[in-house]
Amino acid sequence: MRVMILTLTLLVLTGAFSQEAEAQPALSSSVFVGKQFQTQNRIDELFLLSLKKQNAKPSPLCSNEVFVRRVYLDVLGTLPTKENVASFLADKNAEKRTQLIDDLLKRREFADYWALKWSDVLRVKAEFPINLWPNGAMTYYQWIHQTIRENRPYDQFVRELLISDGSNFRNGASNFYRAVTNKDANTLAEAVAQTFLGTQLGVLPEERQKEWAVFFSRVGYKETAQWKEEIVFWTRKPLESPDVTFPDGTRGTIKPDQDPRQQFADWLTAPNNRQFQRTIVNRIWLWLFGKGFTADPNDFRNDSPVVHEELLDDLCKELVDSRYDLKHLYRLILNSATYQQSSIPQKSYHGDPETFVSYPIRRMEAEVLQDALTQIFSVPPKYQSEVPEPFTNIPVRYRTIMLPDVSVTSSFLEMFGRATRDTGLESDRNNDVTESQQLFLLNSTEINNWTGRFASKYKIDNTRKNIDNAGRNRLMEILDDVWLTILSRYPSSVEREFLKAEFLTQGVNREQKFQDVIWSLINSKEFLCKH
Amino acid sequence: MLKNRRTFLQTVGLGVLGLPVLGDSFYQNAFGNVAVPKATQSPLKKFGKAKSVIQIWMWGGPSHLDTFDPKPDAGREYCGEWNKPLATNISGIEISQSLPNLAQCADLYSIIRGMTHGSFHHEIASYWMQTGREPGGGLVYPCVGALIAKLKGYDAGYDSPIPPYVVLTTAQGRFSECGFLGQKYKPFVTGGDPSKTPFLVSGYVVEGITPERRQTRRKLLNELDLFGRLAEEDELLGKIDAARNNAYQLIEGDAVKTFDLSTEPEKIRDAYGRNWFGQACLMARRLVQKEAPYITINYRGWDTHKRHFETLTRRQSEWDMGLSTLLKELADLGLLETTLLWWSGEFGRTPKIGWDSPWFGGRGHYGTCFNAVVAGGGFQGGRVVGETDKTGEKIVSRPVFPQDLLGSIYQQLGIDPDAPMPNEKGINVVNMPPASEHGRLTELVH
Repeated sequence: MRVMILTLTLLVLTGAFSQEAEAQPALSSSVFVGKQFQTQNRIDELFLLSLKKQNAKPSPLCSNEVFVRRVYLDVLGTLPTKENVASFLADKNAEKRTQLIDDLLKRREFADYWALKWSDVLRVKAEFPINLWPNGAMTYYQWIHQTIRENRPYDQFVRELLISDGSNFRNGASNFYRAVTNKDANTLAEAVAQTFLGTQLGVLPEERQKEWAVFFSRVGYKETAQWKEEIVFWTRKPLESPDVTFPDGTRGTIKPDQDPRQQFADWLTAPNNRQFQRTIVNRIWLWLFGKGFTADPNDFRNDSPVVHEELLDDLCKELVDSRYDLKHLYRLILNSATYQQSSIPQKSYHGDPETFVSYPIRRMEAEVLQDALTQIFSVPPKYQSEVPEPFTNIPVRYRTIMLPDVSVTSSFLEMFGRATRDTGLESDRNNDVTESQQLFLLNSTEINNWTGRFASKYKIDNTRKNIDNAGRNRLMEILDDVWLTILSRYPSSVEREFLKAEFLTQGVNREQKFQDVIWSLINSKEFLCKH
Repeated sequence: MLKNRRTFLQTVGLGVLGLPVLGDSFYQNAFGNVAVPKATQSPLKKFGKAKSVIQIWMWGGPSHLDTFDPKPDAGREYCGEWNKPLATNISGIEISQSLPNLAQCADLYSIIRGMTHGSFHHEIASYWMQTGREPGGGLVYPCVGALIAKLKGYDAGYDSPIPPYVVLTTAQGRFSECGFLGQKYKPFVTGGDPSKTPFLVSGYVVEGITPERRQTRRKLLNELDLFGRLAEEDELLGKIDAARNNAYQLIEGDAVKTFDLSTEPEKIRDAYGRNWFGQACLMARRLVQKEAPYITINYRGWDTHKRHFETLTRRQSEWDMGLSTLLKELADLGLLETTLLWWSGEFGRTPKIGWDSPWFGGRGHYGTCFNAVVAGGGFQGGRVVGETDKTGEKIVSRPVFPQDLLGSIYQQLGIDPDAPMPNEKGINVVNMPPASEHGRLTELVH
């Protein structure tokens, strides 16, 4: 019966496009859906143009509640605290979304979260099949983190990786040439092609593969007397021929005293190398939307079908004009109405979901989910690894998104499919939904204990048979607090009515009911997903 | 003593077999970055009828000298005070003095004394011993447990409330068990401690939550699912519903009863030993009775670099008792025919003891030769395969590489090691690399 009432009210709630400004905690408009789609910047113009051709329409914008949670999770990999949410919702500034985006892009967690993503791509892993060994993995990670903190221009970031030399313990970037399964020219070329050009070398004719490999044929390795140290260097090994062919077919010559990697880096990061730009723009789009402009982000050839071609091109231009400032790209995308669309699928429109006509719903990543649970329940996991040696011990104040190396074992992170970093492909991360994850969320001692302890902090009055008005108000305040903490929003009026009825039922065990409500929120799709 | 054993081995047709003295190349390989020995055409394959596998994984690498390959004549440098091996109930086979119960049931298992791969690194050796492959080459292979769970479980219409691949009780954490097969084939890791009551199996058993409470919660979850109902057309949300329903079926099914050890008679529980390992063995037997295809007991604590003998003295009776009771029970219940048990670590330990500081009687990693034990599932018991020299440092006859052992296990389960490995990614590889030139364990098959 109650479910029916809820459903009926939902229809009213999603009547959508309500222009009413949400001001007070007591939400009178929709919880999830906000104003109508309204062009914010060039992204939206090109997006709408492209949709028009496909006879499709965008979704309305998401509500402020949804926005604050979404942008924290997407930009910082971090659930907003209840204070973050409350102050954002109370802010009357019309530009508050833009303001929040600027603030978040400056936070340290930005570097933490994006270093995690880049470490997936650049394969920061102490163990095989990558086998950087712990010290190498740490140095590599620190280098990545540092460049992101400084917002080093992307072309420079790539150049530094490509021409890196030296000890794996001293120059983090040199681990790029160690983070491969075989240290031969062909494998190195494969890694470069995949990482920076979204190209699988294996699909090219053998002759072309050889042309690529030449550029990496003078990378050498040597061991030192220090345990697990390795030096990457440029050998004087002569090339078969000084004539080389770049991947786009242009020709060049390499003198005996030249490092061919240098020339490759010059070619790669040249302002006219569109594929280089498309690859990084596509990657960032994929990281913010959960999918890219192409079906397979790791096999992104010049002839791959692309949705919103003009938009992609325009973003490439923005990238070059901003001198490869990736934060500029983030800011543009995050401020667009396209990014800020509601995630609720439009019932009237059954078009291709690949065209971004709503914000794609996906499960929180393993590390992000772990941190969200830690933040809500104050249960920091302890990370350490005895394999491979030397032992790795992570200070307890480190959040999970700050873990440098996936060799540090955690059954939770394994269960939720963190990236294996075996290949550097996007598919190394598994964001599927599995039974074992559900078993854990629904019925584990951990979740039960955490929700129990969390509930008991609120000291729910269970002694009196009936609650008076003051007690009722107190209960509603508590529920506000819980909703803000877990779902990053206030309860809707429908939920309030429902909960009142639940808690005021004669003879109900309010304490137990309260724990069950918290358990339900943790198990809700709304909590589990980025939406 | 040695003479007796040789005589025995020769009479059962194993042992020396007239193998040529292994050339230098083999030993160089065994120490360095091993190139897998040249493949040979395997003889006509015989397939067994085993249904379940119990893997006892000695995490860290147990000493071969102090388990199944004692060297009493090698002197204090090699065996310390442990120089009085026990005769077993099979004449000619002796095992460590620390294993009196296992000595009484040597007819139930066979000892492989020539295990080798040559790696001295935990992570590489663990992977190698459980996937049959040396790491590298850009692919991460699934371990035997994951592939058996796939072929005998998921793909074979397995319909049991028990997940087809169970690990008691913590994950090894040294490699991705599922490899490129994907997340679905990862083992179910129980968590909890089977020697405690209740055994808190993660996701199945929660203290203080009655079935009624669980129902109340499930209903509440549905009622509060505002977002879920609004976005119900979304594909991912549909997947969450499906996974959730399946999970509830598991929680409410018979699995919980299987995990409940309190229904076992006290006498039986005592016979296994009232400790983590003993009760994990008992749990494994119960899972076999429910036809789970693959169970790993991840038995930690054998990486005894320091004070090796103190650790062994403390733990020997625990594992001797648990494993011997498991073997005897499987035999008594008629389960040993269809249940294959294998015992091994990633490698052995240095035969030579480090007596000085900081080791104080410790043993390091040793991948040149070590032991594995197999029992049941069609493997003959009461045999010894291979032989090491008088200090246990080199193989004298019949080396067994990981792919030889694991390929043999596949065959006993009716899985063709040489067949293509089915996988969603379309990767073209066989289930197990070809056997080494020494071959699979045909000598242990009837």
